[in-house]
Amino acid sequence: MLAAILVMVGIAVVTGLILGWSAIRFKVEGNPLAEKIDAILPQTQCGQCGFPGCRPYAEAIAKGEADINQCPPGGEEGVKKLADLLGIDPKSLDETHGTPKPKSVAFIDENTCIGCTLCIQACPVDAISGAAKQMHTIIAAECTGCELCLPPCPVDCISMVPIAEDLPHWKWKHPVIELKRVA
Amino acid sequence: MSRELFKFKGGVHPPEHKAESNGRPIHAAPLPRKLVIPLRQHIGNPAKPVVEVGERVLKGQMIAAADGPISTAVHASSSGTVTAIDLQPVPHVSGLPDLCITIETDGRDEWIAHAPLDYRAMAPADLRTKLRDLGLAGLGGAVFPTGAKLNPGASGHCPTLIINGGECEPWITCDDVLMRHHADEILQGMAVMRHMMGSTEILVGIEDNKPEALDSMRSAAAKLDFAVEIIAVPTLYPSGGAKQMTEILTGKQVPSGKRSTDVGLQVFNVGTAYALARAVHHGEPLISRLVTVTGHVLRPQNFEVLIGTPMHTLITLAGDRDGTTGVLMGGPMMGMPMPTLDAPVVKATNCLLVESKELFPPLPKALPCIRCTRCADACPAELQPQELFRFAKAGDFGRAQEYHLFDCIECGCCSYVCPSHIPLVDFYRYAKSEIWAHEKDKRAADLARERHEFRQFRQEREKTEKAEKLAAKAQAKRAELAAEPAVVGAAPSDADAKKALIAAALARAQAKKSDAAPKNVDHLTPEQLQQIDEIEARRAKIRELARQPLESEEKNT
Ligand code: SF4
Ligand code: SF4
Ligand code: SF4
Ligand code: SF4
Repeated sequence: MLAAILVMVGIAVVTGLILGWSAIRFKVEGNPLAEKIDAILPQTQCGQCGFPGCRPYAEAIAKGEADINQCPPGGEEGVKKLADLLGIDPKSLDETHGTPKPKSVAFIDENTCIGCTLCIQACPVDAISGAAKQMHTIIAAECTGCELCLPPCPVDCISMVPIAEDLPHWKWKHPVIELKRVA
Repeated sequence: MSRELFKFKGGVHPPEHKAESNGRPIHAAPLPRKLVIPLRQHIGNPAKPVVEVGERVLKGQMIAAADGPISTAVHASSSGTVTAIDLQPVPHVSGLPDLCITIETDGRDEWIAHAPLDYRAMAPADLRTKLRDLGLAGLGGAVFPTGAKLNPGASGHCPTLIINGGECEPWITCDDVLMRHHADEILQGMAVMRHMMGSTEILVGIEDNKPEALDSMRSAAAKLDFAVEIIAVPTLYPSGGAKQMTEILTGKQVPSGKRSTDVGLQVFNVGTAYALARAVHHGEPLISRLVTVTGHVLRPQNFEVLIGTPMHTLITLAGDRDGTTGVLMGGPMMGMPMPTLDAPVVKATNCLLVESKELFPPLPKALPCIRCTRCADACPAELQPQELFRFAKAGDFGRAQEYHLFDCIECGCCSYVCPSHIPLVDFYRYAKSEIWAHEKDKRAADLARERHEFRQFRQEREKTEKAEKLAAKAQAKRAELAAEPAVVGAAPSDADAKKALIAAALARAQAKKSDAAPKNVDHLTPEQLQQIDEIEARRAKIRELARQPLESEEKNT
């Protein structure tokens, strides 16, 4: 009897030590849940969710301070993925934060641009190149389509151009099969 | 010489329809007035134009250069003038245009200077680059750049070389007639491959429904000074698939996600071997290929066609008939419907199959899947097509991938046997392209996250830098003020220049200060003036305090 108790105590002590040691040794930096949420968010960095970027929104969701349906660029699909991750019921997008739009990139009318650099300061991903009093241009491959550069432009020379479908971006459509009615 | 053959799982026996087109000799299609040559004809990066509109080009001249290692060059198929570099219809199911170079031919068909390559004397890497610049790509269907594929990998040699003469898809006969009429060149190309891959065993697999091709290849092989096994394999669709041909001949399966060189073999199509022989022994780039035109036409046959020739001219040549319902590029199992026949023949065009209601009656309407698993029995990739279908239809792409969606070769066996007539392959194509699109979005999101984080880091850094600069400036100012009395006291001769400089700077600063003197000190009440005086006194005191430690330091030294 005593031996059995000793063995059990011994096992408990050893596992405790191992667990304690690994908690220190393999400490996870940051908030892993926020990271997982951030991985789902589209990284448009547009702030429509009411937070200054995707990461802060992810952290707010992780802390339970924000709902999962506030990100219009992520769309219903994004909400569904977040619901799956958090194990809660999906809900429809909160329209007060905006509605999903077709993916676009910003385009600067280079004849009108006065080179004020205000758009550069607004762009969350440094997708605009230019210098003071020089014409500015958008690096389309890096533009997330967040529209944050539109309001600061004093001459309204930036417009959003939807991305046209071309061969490299073409996708097979979901096949439409007409099912024969079975009586 | 009999060899033990293996059998792959599944497969189907669709009606062959080879006899329609394989009896007639190869006909050279006439030079068209206009050639439209797409820049994206191969897997990998599209080629980059190296000519300008208005430029005269010669036959075989490079008009677009390879971009990176997985890419190939594109050449003018005949001499003429470049009239446009723009978006033109290309052979793609979507009907979307792509970047093409249009050449108005001058009818002279004038070659650019070209010479054979001394491939034995060339370093393998140089030879691969040369083949890339000659525009070689696999002609069996995948159009993978041949130069990049002719690489035995780290080990330096690839023991088994397989030349694929399977051509299992119904109706298509271009490889068959190529083997009948150009067996010697195919084997010359194979000798180059053998040299580059360091192979010791060379197997040529040909389906046994092509006895003429087998004979002609056997007699050509007898003339060679090294051993080549020409092997007749049982006719069964899709034995011409690279993986299936490998399994039939060697019994080896290439594991999912591995390359064939990882198991010591490499497979090339007979057409690719022929093109390689033309490139090495004549220095000719890939500017033409054999195309079977068959189905609902008057004279089904094979044409030698310049890349860039519009498809409709071939169908007219073969004799178009009333009642055409569509044209497939490729065969009935894997072919793609062509939305426009203005699209040109490209390196991947092996066959134009003209459809009619009689030859290809429309499929009956699909019924729900009854889970009979006939598709699984027919699948040569050993997949569970009914499960893939279920997941793809429901948009559950993760599960589809778990069921090895990407091992599906889109052979169409499953749709062929499905009693419910479900277009299964369309669902797999849809699922694959959705997954690729998601991956692209994910990469874009990762880039955006990285750039956003870097921007935040940069802003933070700029802030601290600014603060540091300000602090340094304040420090310098203090030092300057502190230094003043010391300089006055000592007055050494070499410090005179310095003193003058400082005085000048001070004067400048003073002038600036008075320029920027606050304008809000006029018309103030006595109380306010008194307040200002008090504040000034406090400031002077602080300045005094700030000066003291510096002075005491100087005294110590
Ligand atoms: S709304 Fe904009 S900033 Fe907020 S999570 Fe979505 S993409 Fe990111
Ligand atoms: S360029 Fe404009 S729309 Fe594009 S990411 Fe920058 S701020 Fe957003
Ligand atoms: S053959 Fe057709 S009906 Fe049968 S299991 Fe496969 S998909 Fe379902
Ligand atoms: S198309 Fe794909 S799933 Fe269907 S039989 Fe061929 S390899 Fe199997």
